[in-house]
Amino acid sequence: MQQLLDQLKQQFGDAVIETSSFRGDDTAVIKVSHLIDVCRYLQESCSMNFLMDVCGVDYPERKDRFEVVYHMYSQSTRKRIRLKVRVTEADPHVPTVIGIWKSANWFEREAFDLFGIIFDGHPYLRRLLTYEGFEGHALRKDYPVNKRQQIPTPISLLD
Amino acid sequence: MDLSLHTHKMHLNLGPSHPTMHGTLRVLLTLDGETIVDANPEIGYLHRCFEKESEDHTYTQIFPYTDRLNYLSALMNNVGYAMAVEKLLGLQIPPRCQYIRVIISELSRIMDHLVCIGTNLVDLGALTNFWYFFNVRETMTNWVERLCGARLTNTYVRVGGLAKDLPAGSDKELRSCLKELNKAVKDVTGLLKKNRIFMDRTQNVGVISAEDAINWGFTGPCLRACGVDYDVRKAAPYYDYDRFSWDVPVGVVGDCYDRLFVRFEEMVQSTRIIEQALDKLPDGPIEVANNQVVLPPKHEVYNSIEGLIRHFELIMFGIKVEPGEVYSYTEAANGELGFYIVSDGSGKPYRIKVRPPCFAIYQAFPELIKGQMIADAVAILGTLNVVAGELDR
Repeated sequence: MQQLLDQLKQQFGDAVIETSSFRGDDTAVIKVSHLIDVCRYLQESCSMNFLMDVCGVDYPERKDRFEVVYHMYSQSTRKRIRLKVRVTEADPHVPTVIGIWKSANWFEREAFDLFGIIFDGHPYLRRLLTYEGFEGHALRKDYPVNKRQQIPTPISLLD
Repeated sequence: MDLSLHTHKMHLNLGPSHPTMHGTLRVLLTLDGETIVDANPEIGYLHRCFEKESEDHTYTQIFPYTDRLNYLSALMNNVGYAMAVEKLLGLQIPPRCQYIRVIISELSRIMDHLVCIGTNLVDLGALTNFWYFFNVRETMTNWVERLCGARLTNTYVRVGGLAKDLPAGSDKELRSCLKELNKAVKDVTGLLKKNRIFMDRTQNVGVISAEDAINWGFTGPCLRACGVDYDVRKAAPYYDYDRFSWDVPVGVVGDCYDRLFVRFEEMVQSTRIIEQALDKLPDGPIEVANNQVVLPPKHEVYNSIEGLIRHFELIMFGIKVEPGEVYSYTEAANGELGFYIVSDGSGKPYRIKVRPPCFAIYQAFPELIKGQMIADAVAILGTLNVVAGELDR
């Protein structure tokens, strides 16, 4: 399993910020600027044909506040990898990976909805689980849980 | 001369409260006559902040919430979540517990498929099958009630073990359930397999190719209906699944017909697994012998100060989990159910992300129904088995 991480380090050098393995899960933290390249490499050269999950994690005390976590799976080699990118609160922009895996669509919308991470190039980046007019991003650690929100009205969905 | 009639497109709002929408789903359809030109789904009507709530609860307190993810097979969600926490803790659970978890997982897979197929056939106008299936499901629910006291929201599994052992006479009762199931499956397949109306309604309806299905992140019966034999129980066997003899059923075309018949066959395979697990069911403890994880026995709590303190700490502060993060996955009734847990070393998870199988599948719904009739949209939605509870969390 370690060899996949080594392969990534060899291929992308400094773009891989750190790697780790814990309980059999391999993780690579990479630079946001190289996300698309790494994803394309994983899909084409490492046959990672499934993008299983995309989600955000909030660490308010860190300089790079948000982590976007991707889980990939290769059906042929039966390997999995976890990829992470880190972004700041001031500039929460991550390129979308929809062009590589269509499954990223709603997972990215969910991360946008609940964390406010903006996926550049996403064709329909709207709130998914909460509603239009919802104020704030619910899964951020500083979201006031007792906050009252306005009563939603159904959106037209016509556009 | 232009003889064609001038038509203009019509919008139809399907759901969120509609008997065929299987929960609370809303889709805005753009129609040309009765043909669907475009579809725009909206979800979130059943959003209950599972992930946010979890951050404020101890690991044990989260079990009741997991019941309500896929409420048709609650036991299996319990198992999936417990496995994730145990992976984070690095715990190896005893063999008897593993076998009981296999039995309840496969039983809930059967119960889930029974509802999926039954209700889908009701949507298609075939009510009889629903009663055949719900008769069997009722006998199974009765056993589950004897197992843990609840019929739907079970909360039966614990971190490192189970709430209690199997009730007396389970072996006999389960085997008789399975016998009835086989009879019901035979009855229903007899009614359906060569049924002209059913074949017309489902064959070549909602077809998706294997490449597309993988790209959309399909897992479970919907993926296997396209001919891809990916099953977590074979690809990354947990709980001795590799020691049972069973097969992964796959389809050919990837249409509604295949998706339903893959489920039929999966039920038969699940009965094989349950029968073998019952045959081999080992004796022994159902919990790990680790007092940092499982509650001490009641006589220790009442008669010793150590027991009382241990009990108090586990209830009030929860199980202490070392910092780290894992992604754990099981084969649930709809596909790969993943839990991504980040721990900061306290008794509560820092972050839990559920990867519900039908979330990835339902994304492709607009693609599947474009160019089809409204009635086909209903048939397709049913075969995808979208459960709003786990879709919206």
